[in-house]
Amino acid sequence: MKRTACILVLLITALWLGCSRQAGTQAVAAKPTAFGAALVESSGGKQTAEVGTPLAQPLVVQVNDEQGNAVTGALVIMHGPGGVAFDPAAGVSDSSGQFTTNVALGTIPGRYQLTASTTNKAGKTVELKIEEIALGYQEMLGSQLNDQYCARCHNQESSPERVSNYDNLAVKPHLFTEGDTLNKISDADLAAIISHGGPALNKSSLMPPYGYTLSKSEIQAVIAYIRMVSDPPYGASGIVYAQK
Amino acid sequence: MRLPDTLEKLRQKLFSDTVTTFGWMSVVLLILLAIAPAKNFFADWHRYQRGYERLISRRSDAVTLRRHFEPGIQQIWLPEMDVVDRCTTCHTALKEASLMDVTTQPYRVHPAIPHKAEEFGCSVCHRGQGAATSVEEAHQSTLAWEEPILPAKYLESSCGQCHQQDLKGTPQLNLGRKALAQYGCVHCHTIKRPDGAVITGTDDPPSLAHIAGKTTREWIYAWLKDPQSYSTTATMPNPKLSDADARDISAFLITSSTPASLQVVQTSLDQAKKVKDDAALQTKAASLYGESFCASCHAVQNAAGNLVGGNLGPELTKVGSKVKPEWLQAWIRNPHVYDPPTEMPHYRFTDQEVGLLTGFLMGKADPDLLANVRLDPATPEQVAHGKRLVNDYGCASCHEINGVKRPENFAPELTKIGSKPVNQLAFAPGVSHTLYDYIEAKIRQPRAFGPGLKMPQYTFNTAQVDALVNALLSHNERALNLPAAKTVPAVAASHYEPAGRAGQLINDLSCFSCHAINGRGGDMAPDLTWEGSAVQRDWLVQFLRNPNTLRPALIRRMPKFNLTDAEINTLADYIMTVYQSPKVDRESMPLAGYPPGQIELGKQLYYSKYGCQGCHILDTKQDKGYIGPTLTHVGSRLTAAWIYNWLKDPQALRPGTQEPKRNMSDEDARALTAFLMSQKGRETQEAKKR
Repeated sequence: MKRTACILVLLITALWLGCSRQAGTQAVAAKPTAFGAALVESSGGKQTAEVGTPLAQPLVVQVNDEQGNAVTGALVIMHGPGGVAFDPAAGVSDSSGQFTTNVALGTIPGRYQLTASTTNKAGKTVELKIEEIALGYQEMLGSQLNDQYCARCHNQESSPERVSNYDNLAVKPHLFTEGDTLNKISDADLAAIISHGGPALNKSSLMPPYGYTLSKSEIQAVIAYIRMVSDPPYGASGIVYAQK
Repeated sequence: MRLPDTLEKLRQKLFSDTVTTFGWMSVVLLILLAIAPAKNFFADWHRYQRGYERLISRRSDAVTLRRHFEPGIQQIWLPEMDVVDRCTTCHTALKEASLMDVTTQPYRVHPAIPHKAEEFGCSVCHRGQGAATSVEEAHQSTLAWEEPILPAKYLESSCGQCHQQDLKGTPQLNLGRKALAQYGCVHCHTIKRPDGAVITGTDDPPSLAHIAGKTTREWIYAWLKDPQSYSTTATMPNPKLSDADARDISAFLITSSTPASLQVVQTSLDQAKKVKDDAALQTKAASLYGESFCASCHAVQNAAGNLVGGNLGPELTKVGSKVKPEWLQAWIRNPHVYDPPTEMPHYRFTDQEVGLLTGFLMGKADPDLLANVRLDPATPEQVAHGKRLVNDYGCASCHEINGVKRPENFAPELTKIGSKPVNQLAFAPGVSHTLYDYIEAKIRQPRAFGPGLKMPQYTFNTAQVDALVNALLSHNERALNLPAAKTVPAVAASHYEPAGRAGQLINDLSCFSCHAINGRGGDMAPDLTWEGSAVQRDWLVQFLRNPNTLRPALIRRMPKFNLTDAEINTLADYIMTVYQSPKVDRESMPLAGYPPGQIELGKQLYYSKYGCQGCHILDTKQDKGYIGPTLTHVGSRLTAAWIYNWLKDPQALRPGTQEPKRNMSDEDARALTAFLMSQKGRETQEAKKR
């Protein structure tokens, strides 16, 4: 009788241990060896990617102390709204005070607010909010058209392969992130400028008409893309998916 | 009181006479009858439909929304596609644009896509069990249904079931299909498209028949152990060989190699040796490397560790540790001798120039690469073992190797991989039991699935793995059994071959590596299909003699091949006669002699109405446009008929070009043509005066 009870107890313990090991693999955060006072974004914010796919560049945040010097060994934990995946979701800052993580956004197109947090010496949580943009099907088509037809003038960033034409233009084109200006222009007006060129709305003739080159749905896609990347966000797509 | 006694008492009380018994039985029957409607009432879909009614009742357009809403089980039935989808029973708001702000499922609006749900159903794209009406059965993998809903990142695979050619809206799928052909997957795995065509590789794994003339056994050993340690961009996967296995394979490859016919010129070798210790020669060699635009195709790692240069040819950072100088000088002289189909052009370098470049490239060596490789002379047993290993690992699936036949179907065929039953798969520990997770794990860690597996280890990043899973999932039963009306066949690959003496020259210069003609060729440089209609012969001759860039701020340029006059004439004649567009009659408009009034009108249109200066440089002093080609010499470069037709509809002559169609009036187009044709460039005008 006693023997049976012993075996039973052993079995239950073994089962419990087995289960707990499985559960334990989820998030084993490293132990912090130092504490920072502030978090700053190093790179990887404000990226765009197709829904559900990983962002092209990793997200890098830096932990600083009160004097603004990098802190090594501070624990950084990432949070995001449902559907966002971090790889890794937590870790300690490296020798240059930085923590790097790869991010895949959720399946709903829109802006995602991600939070990086660390604990300071007083035990209080310090947070940094970072925004990333997930493009739906239409916005993704728009972003491709933007690359093909718009970006050479409407984007200041140059690469050796593709030099920006922005600085060459006598009348500066609006960057698509200029929400302050572009959010005030209605969809119909944007479509008119794209279709008929700048002079259609009394703007520069350096903006050529694309109405004979792009279809109506392609122009809608470009507008959807412009609305999605504008900063501050455009009204209708201004919902931000943040952690609840 | 004991339990049997209580039951006995109850029985006596309830069934004492017929009427009471009948009464109680009726109650039981009623309860049983009520179970069916109650089950229905509490079903998932009913709950969601009630939730939807609550959701819309609070909105301002409740009346319209309620009118659109149809209660009860909804179904899309498409017999020819084998689709029975009841998804719209719960996903009630898929088409309600006014509910765009709702983010809770199942009430989200479907994003705008080119297809209608009534024509294609839902499960064709999303998979899952379409006919199910409970959340779990519809979405997840159950014992009776092993196809769960596809995660968003794999959705594009479904587009690939019908669309066999690349689509704008499916970047992931396009990337995956490209990778399948580019990374050698299809050399071992047969993959047939639904039309029966076998997918062929776009990579060109080198022949190892004459490998001993090209490199050393030590390098082969180091490469076999870890290809990426030689070059981070190497596409060959790591075969994960033991030291002994790598030793034996390298022994066999060297032994089986036959001598190649290399033209060894002593002057070049002597020159190459001098480069090493002569700073002046090194500068000269480096500038020749630059002038020949080697970097347009080949990358080299700079001091900061970044790769600089193109990816058409192999990375050259450590090439000096790999190749023998005798082989390299012969290769630079004419690569087609060693590898006839190579993409590298045959530059007409002098022996001195060949020597300079050989010396320059031999200097790009990494002494650490082979520092620890010590191989004793191979024994016959080792060579025999090496040959067995080459057969076992299927090396000849990709490479030509003397004495080893290319194996047929070395690895499992993947034509139906996208619908492979999950119960037929052997999962590695830790991999969740879905098809897509299985494929992903197989690509990431092929050897984790068990001992004795031969699939080599690739170094793909996450995006590449996801893209490959997309491409593989699209090869499934549904794709093979689609009705013909729903399929969009792939564009047949062009096997265009230019004819005659000019055709030989075009292949010798590997023009197709950068230029496309009649659908065949690369996209680094402009399409030449209609070049004969576009340009004037004099300009073409001048350009072939000494190519200069037409576009400002362009780093990849056409190299100078040092062609002879006879070769230039052959090429120019062929291009001017054969590469003509049926839409442009070269002779229909004169090259000069336009009235000054028309030219003046054209100038005004150029600068004011059409704002051409935004993209093109016409006057080098004031214009700065970086997008289109420079137009300072356009009147002596292009034909008037081409300019006119281009202005009328650029997309018709070159699809996808950035210049928009302006719907220009005939008068405007003629005036602009007249003005542009008057731009002959300063040198040409001075030449005429002389």
